Amino acid sequence: MTETLPPHPPLAPEFPMARGCPFDPPPELRRIQHEAPVSRVTLWDGSTPWLITRYDDVRAVLADPRVSADIDRPGYPHSTEGSATRSSRVKLFITMDDPEHAAQRRLLTSDFMVKKMEALRPRIQEIVDGLIDDLLAGPRPADLVREFALPVPSLVICELLGVPYADRDFFHRLSKTLVSRETTAEQGAAAVAELTGYLGDLVDRKLADPGQDVLSRLATGQLGTGLMTREQIASMGLLLLVAGHETTANMIALGTVVLLENPEQLDRLRATDDPKVVANAVEELLRHLTIVHGGRRRVATEDLEVGGQLIRAGEGIIAASDIANRDGAAFPDPDALDLGREARHHVAFGYGVHQCLGQPLARVELQVVYSTLYRRVPTLALAKPVSELGFKHDMLVYGVHELPVTW
Amino acid sequence: MKVILDQDKCVGSGQCVLVAPEVFDQRDEDGIAVLLDPDPPAGRHAETREAARLCPALAIELADS
Repeated sequence: MTETLPPHPPLAPEFPMARGCPFDPPPELRRIQHEAPVSRVTLWDGSTPWLITRYDDVRAVLADPRVSADIDRPGYPHSTEGSATRSSRVKLFITMDDPEHAAQRRLLTSDFMVKKMEALRPRIQEIVDGLIDDLLAGPRPADLVREFALPVPSLVICELLGVPYADRDFFHRLSKTLVSRETTAEQGAAAVAELTGYLGDLVDRKLADPGQDVLSRLATGQLGTGLMTREQIASMGLLLLVAGHETTANMIALGTVVLLENPEQLDRLRATDDPKVVANAVEELLRHLTIVHGGRRRVATEDLEVGGQLIRAGEGIIAASDIANRDGAAFPDPDALDLGREARHHVAFGYGVHQCLGQPLARVELQVVYSTLYRRVPTLALAKPVSELGFKHDMLVYGVHELPVTW
Repeated sequence: MKVILDQDKCVGSGQCVLVAPEVFDQRDEDGIAVLLDPDPPAGRHAETREAARLCPALAIELADS
């Protein structure tokens, strides 16, 4: 009997790839999108999932019920060693499939609904104005990440969840650990344990003395009635806390860098007080920068065809939102930053049933920030050339580590 | 135009409310979309189509009436 070796996968480039311009996806991704839009890549662990790069294909895959987000399924393309080993302790709804996913997500959909986020707008404006007052009263140059970009979403998500903002140094540090590609499995697990322990204690306090916040509502409505465990609520809180500030903070800082480098676009924001123009500009910045740059990770549960390529059950899939948002078929002249274009159909928040729950909040935060910061600080300028900024190539969410600015 | 909304599919992303607030709303209790106008006038067809295109859960269907 002759033994047949499994076919060797075709040469698959390493993923993620290096960027050229810090604001654009890696040039290698552009090449793949043109030459082999659905093709194999090699991950840190040697696995070779499929990379999906075209806009239509990314939307199709993310909306396909034959594609799973369950991190415990064999073949799931993990982004880090930490992600691979911390999988199944307490699962989060972003790594579950329906119907479990829908049941858990629905516990939170009212907390982030459009009306409620709009009602928060005056409070967000107050937070933004207060932080700009402090920035202007402080020394120059200042680190815009530390003094502004991170505090805005941190304060907002803390108020929404009912987490004491006074503890921010503690959870900022752990959150950073969790979104770093350099984090080892042990460090990741320790950070999760520390944060869920902290949030678990908070849940107990909320159950005894509830306030008007999400954790209080989950504590009394779910824990108090036995529908969820303390650990499940703490894990949900961890997800909202980390997702709630890492993403928006990076969009604020990176968006500011790209706008300062494109003064004619920045002038469009400074010149307007039309909320529609601002909202449109925010969509274009989300499309252009797409800070979740490691793709959305999935695994096929059945054979399916994507862009003419057969993907087999059990094979990993990475839907690359960043290059999909630079697909000329969906966005003419895709590499141009054009705040006047129609970009609302971008996939920066993902697509399908897992599309970002917090997007209505992120939009209001970014609209308030982008319509306020550059008008109140009209001489805002980088205190260091772009070439000397530390871009977050090492993080799952892209941005800058620090942003020295002056005015 | 006839709008059909599948509330079981809806994930409460609110995309429809953002682009077509006269046609869609969200339920206060759970954020799930509700249909305000199942037969929007011609002037709202473009935004209703946009809502259907943006819905991440493919919960909005449109039919000519």
